[in-house]
Formats: sequence, structure tokens, C-alpha cells
Amino acid sequence: MNIKKLLYSQKTAPYVFALPFILSFLIFWIYPLCSAMVMSLQDIGAVTTEFVGIKNYTKLLKDSVFHTAMLNSFQYMVFSCVLLIPFPLLYAVLMDSNLVKAKGLWKALLYVPALTSVVISGTLFRLMFSEYSTGQLNVLMSFLGLPAMKWLKIKWTSEIALLLLCCWRWTGVNMLYFLSGLKSIDKALYESADIDGATPWQKFIYITIPLLKPTTIYVLTISIYAGLSMFLESFMLWSGNNSPHNIGLTIVGYLYKRGIEKDDMGYACAVGVVLMVIGLTINFIQLGFNGTLKNKGED
Amino acid sequence: MKKKLVSTLLAAALAASLLSGCGEVNAPESGTAAATGEEATAEGGEASAAEGEGEAEAEAVTTVGPDSGTHMEMWSFVEAHNTFYAQMLEKWNEENPDRQIQITFTTYPYSDMHQKLIMSLQAGTGAPALCDVEMGQVPNVYEGVDQWLYPLDESMAPYAADMLQSRLDAYKGADGKQYGAPFHVGATVMYWNMAELEKYGITQADVDAVETWDDYTALGKKYIETRGEEGKYFTCVDTAGTDWLWIAMAEYGEDWTGGFDGEANVEIDSVKKMLNMQVEWLNDGIAEVSPDGHIDLEAGFQNILDKNVVCFPKAMWYMSRFKNYMPEEKGNWYITKCPVFEAGQKCSVGIGGTGTVVTQQAPDTALAADFLCYAKMSPEGEKLIWEDLGFDVCNTSLWSDEAFAHDESNYYNTFFRNYPYDVLNSIKDQIGTVMTVSISPTINEQVCNTTLNQILEEGVSVDDALAEAQEAVELEQ
Repeated sequence: MNIKKLLYSQKTAPYVFALPFILSFLIFWIYPLCSAMVMSLQDIGAVTTEFVGIKNYTKLLKDSVFHTAMLNSFQYMVFSCVLLIPFPLLYAVLMDSNLVKAKGLWKALLYVPALTSVVISGTLFRLMFSEYSTGQLNVLMSFLGLPAMKWLKIKWTSEIALLLLCCWRWTGVNMLYFLSGLKSIDKALYESADIDGATPWQKFIYITIPLLKPTTIYVLTISIYAGLSMFLESFMLWSGNNSPHNIGLTIVGYLYKRGIEKDDMGYACAVGVVLMVIGLTINFIQLGFNGTLKNKGED
Repeated sequence: MKKKLVSTLLAAALAASLLSGCGEVNAPESGTAAATGEEATAEGGEASAAEGEGEAEAEAVTTVGPDSGTHMEMWSFVEAHNTFYAQMLEKWNEENPDRQIQITFTTYPYSDMHQKLIMSLQAGTGAPALCDVEMGQVPNVYEGVDQWLYPLDESMAPYAADMLQSRLDAYKGADGKQYGAPFHVGATVMYWNMAELEKYGITQADVDAVETWDDYTALGKKYIETRGEEGKYFTCVDTAGTDWLWIAMAEYGEDWTGGFDGEANVEIDSVKKMLNMQVEWLNDGIAEVSPDGHIDLEAGFQNILDKNVVCFPKAMWYMSRFKNYMPEEKGNWYITKCPVFEAGQKCSVGIGGTGTVVTQQAPDTALAADFLCYAKMSPEGEKLIWEDLGFDVCNTSLWSDEAFAHDESNYYNTFFRNYPYDVLNSIKDQIGTVMTVSISPTINEQVCNTTLNQILEEGVSVDDALAEAQEAVELEQ
């Protein structure tokens, strides 16, 4: 009787409904987060575990491989944001206009890569970018009369391969986000702009871009996160976590290397905590700059 | 206000999910294991997950043996291994009516399995009774020595005399006890494309006459000069694999890991000699840098098929690559022992492998160990390993057994121009060991990612590059 009363009570109902989320959030997010923070202060051995203070963090400061990994992740994050916001936005506007025929087909084509496994696409890209003369890219080079390249052994060419894989995979997804943003813009605004004699460019700059801001912020936020946490793409492209001069090593790759490949969980957790701090900082700065964190009233 | 809260939560949730990587990094990785288990380890010069033909894509679970028997769990990362154990279990149960065993075999992807194993050993619960451990993972699994694992020394006593000692040594723990049972020797040998060499006047007798690396270099020069074609080389050197260096170390009896007690040192003579010789080969056009870093990758197989290289040293298990990727090469290839720097040196080294361990969590550790040693070390087991898995078995008494080594129904015995076991038998006492200890992954990583690229691709001097590598390795010691 009591339980029934409790369940039907208007006061407790919201909590009951929110409980599954809160529980999973506590168990699968907050608990691992706290335990990772504690573990980052430990030296976790096979049989014994001991607290070592900030030793893992001071080691990180000296660890040049970690610095390389940070730089790689950061570069990848910046370039992927630069590429994955303007282009999908452009495609979305094109899709929304009357210039494109067979829109469903185009949308599907652009979206399909997101459905394929990174394992498969990464392997395919590895083969395409093979330094061997029969790799597709080298066939193309010889067709153009250029010498074969060792694509995945040179920093800038391998960055191209990674970004190409990234764009191929995510352009369609981001385009869909922008497309749904565009759908929510009131068409009347464009009509009144037409009456005022605005050019298509002016409409794009003064109506589309500002009204898409919430979508853009969302896409930017997840792109920053995705860029910083990229791992599988590079893992597949170099068929493992090792690349010449570590040009393909990312922060998560390094975390994996330390935690799993070398079974040094304490140090890996320190890497994870640093990654979280960086991710949080960048996202808060970004959200602060574009005003999302300001009070509505101040706008 | 609401917006602020939402965005703050959003950012926090995203950041939190970044961290979750710490605890469950394998999640996105599990699917890749099948594709990469093999190559990831190959890069460290310890290829051998590769042994597996049917790399596990999905979990496969089978239970073999009577319900009345002692029930055990067994894990592997290669389904073919489990099939093999299951067959051996049936034989065991037939022969030991009073010691019946029932085993549930589970195949997991490579990294999943090793991670699960280490976690359950650490936790003290949940580990299987028996488990395959890939060579590259041995230092991690052996960390807990006899607190985690059950020593096999007693159980393997009946077979130990016939087993190749250097291979057993590779699976010893820091306390000197035997914790892993090997599948194969993984002895390095030289593979020669005789069909191609003969076109340019090099006969089998010429190849047989190669004793030292100087002879090898001279033969390479002769081949290159006779052929005189751009893009065709005698051999290829690796930037992402350490096989050549392991051979050099075994020849001089050195070990850059320093073993269990010593300090790691990569600046050793054998390594320097091999690398300097390779640099000369590159300058003289005798060798090229392996496309994609080593020859055990798609580009490497294509390189062989295109006849761009005609000979290379590799472990015996590379035979399976011919079967799986280059069957059209049947009848072209010839196997010999590797050249040495100075006459009288060892000429081979065991590379890669799977050691199977018995954990302390087994319901009956002695029984599990007895079965394991029977399966992997007895003549019956070894025969099945060669027939089923195609490995160069560790039981040396079989190497000279006519019915076993010259069996015409065996794929490899007819694929090559000579019998693989004849070569193995001739180098029986010349197979060295390079240890795999906790510093090994660090050395392999540094050498394969940086040092070899510097030397072979960028022209950095051998001494400078190795000095830099040594510094990096010392940081981790």
C-alpha cells in the first residue's frame, strides 16, 4: 500500500523516472571518474598497490612520448574542427536549397560512411595509403607523373590520411545536425528578407548563420571532444599503436598503450585525468567565448 | 539560466566520457583484435598471434568431456588452438579414466582475452584454469609469478628431456620456474625464392654455400648485378620489426633486455653490426626498406609475389603465410639456415609464440598442469600441432622422425623444395633465445617507432640513433 502510494505520489514520480539515468550516471560515470582519479595517484602492481603521490604526474611532465601524443591529438582536433564545421554547413545549406536534385540519395550517400565500422574503413585507408606501388594513392601519383610517397611514414601526409578518414566518416553526420537546425529556422524570415531586397549571401550571413548558432555550438563541442579522444582511426591506420616517430599516437592511444599494453594502470589513469582536464578547459573556454555560459538575461 | 545549466552538464558529461577511457579502453578496440592482434605484435618483432588461422571474431564457446570430470575453463585468442586442445582432451580422457576432465573452451579476441586474464588474476577471481598467453603479453601475465600462476616444472618432467631448452627458457618466470608451455620454436630460417634466383644463374649449391653474412652480401651483389633491374632487390630490411636484430643478438649470444636481473642495453655490438651491414646493403642497392615496415603485412606479401625481393629471414611460422596468402608460390621456395657473422655462432633465434599457463585459480592445479603438458609436449600432442596448426614443434625427438618430418601428406612438406624439419634438425643446437621481460615492450616500441626509421630511412648514424634509444629505454627502467 505504501509503495503504491509512493509510486503514485506526484512528488516522487519525477525521481522515480529519473532514477535509471541517475543510477547509471553514478555507477558508470561518476564512480569510474573518481576511481580513476584515485588510481592516478597509485602505482598499481601485479600483487601490490601503493600510493605514490603525484609521481605519475611529474613523470608525465618529462615524458616526451606523451607530449608528442598531446600535440598530435591537439592538431587533429583543431584541423578536424576546421574541416568538419564549414563544409557540412555548406552541404546542409545546399541540401536545403532548391539547387540539389535527389536529396535523399545524397543524404544517404554522405551518411553511409558513419555506419561502417572504423575497423574496416581504417584498414581500407591503410591499404589505400600504402607506400607500396600498388596502393591507390601511389597509383594516382604515378598517373600524375609524381614519385611514389611513403604516406604513413611522414607527418604531414599521414595527417592528411587521418583527416580524410575523419571527413569521409563524419561529414554526413554533421550535415544532418545542420540540416535539422536549418529546418527550425522560420521561413518567414527569408521571405521578409526577400521583400527587403537581400541577396542570397546576405541572407546566409545575417539569418542562417546566427540562427544556426546553437547547432554550431553543439557540433563544435562534440567535435572538440571527438578530436581529442580519437584513437581507433589511428590504431587502424597504422595497424597498431606504433607509428614511425609516433606520428600517429594520440592521447587515448597513449593511455591504451600504458594501461593495457604495458599494464601500468596508475600511469594510464594520470594520462586520462590530464586528458579530461584539457578537454574540460578547452570546452569551457569555447563555451565561454560564444556566450553559452552567460545568463540569458545578459544577452 | 536553463541553457547555462544544460551546457554545463553537457560539457561535464562529455568530459566524463573522455575519462571513461581509463577503465574500459578495450571497448572500441575489441572488434579490431582479429585484424590487429597479429600485426601489432609482429611489429614488436614477436609476431605470433599470427600463428592463428581462424582469428576469433566472435566468442566461441564449446564444452568437451564428461560431466563427471573435473570442470575447468580454458581461454584462447585463436579458435584453432582451442580446437586442438579439445582434440587432445578427448585423447586424455580416453587414456586417463580415473582423471577425467571437462573443459569449457572460450575464444576471445586477442587484446580482450589478455586484458580479462590480467584483470581476473589481479582480482583473484574469475580467471580460467588454463589460458593461452601471447609472447608479447608474457611480461604482464608473469608479473604475479607463483601467486598468479602454477609452475609446470613437475608436470612436464616426463617430456622435458626432448623439449628444446631455449624455447622453454623463453617462458620461464623471473623466479626461474616454468610457467608457460610453448606451441612452437619459431626458429628463424632463411627463405629463398629459388625459381627466381635460378633465372639469374644462382643455383641451390650457391645458396647452400652461404655460411656468413659476407657470403650472403656477395651473393646479393652478384644477383643484383646480373639482374640489373630497377626496383628489384635481393632482400628487404625492416623499420617496424626487430627480427634481424634478434638474429644478430642470438648469433653473438647477446640480449638487449639484459634478462630478468640485468639492465637493458640496446647499444650492443651485435645490433650495431647488423644495422651497419644493413645500411651498406641499402647504399649498394642490395636491399630495400620493407614496404610498410616489415614483410609480414599485405604489402610484404605483394612484394614477394612481385619478385621484388628474393630472400629474407623469418621464423618458421611464416610458412603459414605462404599457405594463406601466396599459395601460387608452391615449389619455388627453398629454406636454409641463416648466415652468421663468424663461423661457429648460433644461427637462429626463437621468435614469437604462445605460452599456455595454468592459473592458481584452477580447481585442481596439478591436474590442469598434467593435461596441459600432455597436450602441448607429448609426442601425440606435437604430431597434432604440426598436422593441424603447421608449427615447428619443440619436441626435438620428432624432428628426425622420418614418418613425422617427411610426411608427404603435409602441406608444407610438399610446398617447399626441401623439408622444413630437415633444416630445423640441422640447426638443433644453434637456436638462441632473446628474453621477453618487462622492459621488452619499451625497447621494441622505441626501436620500431624511432631508431630503425632514423637509421634506415633518414640516414642518422647507427651510434647516434642507438644512443638516443638507450636514453629513452633508461627513462623507463
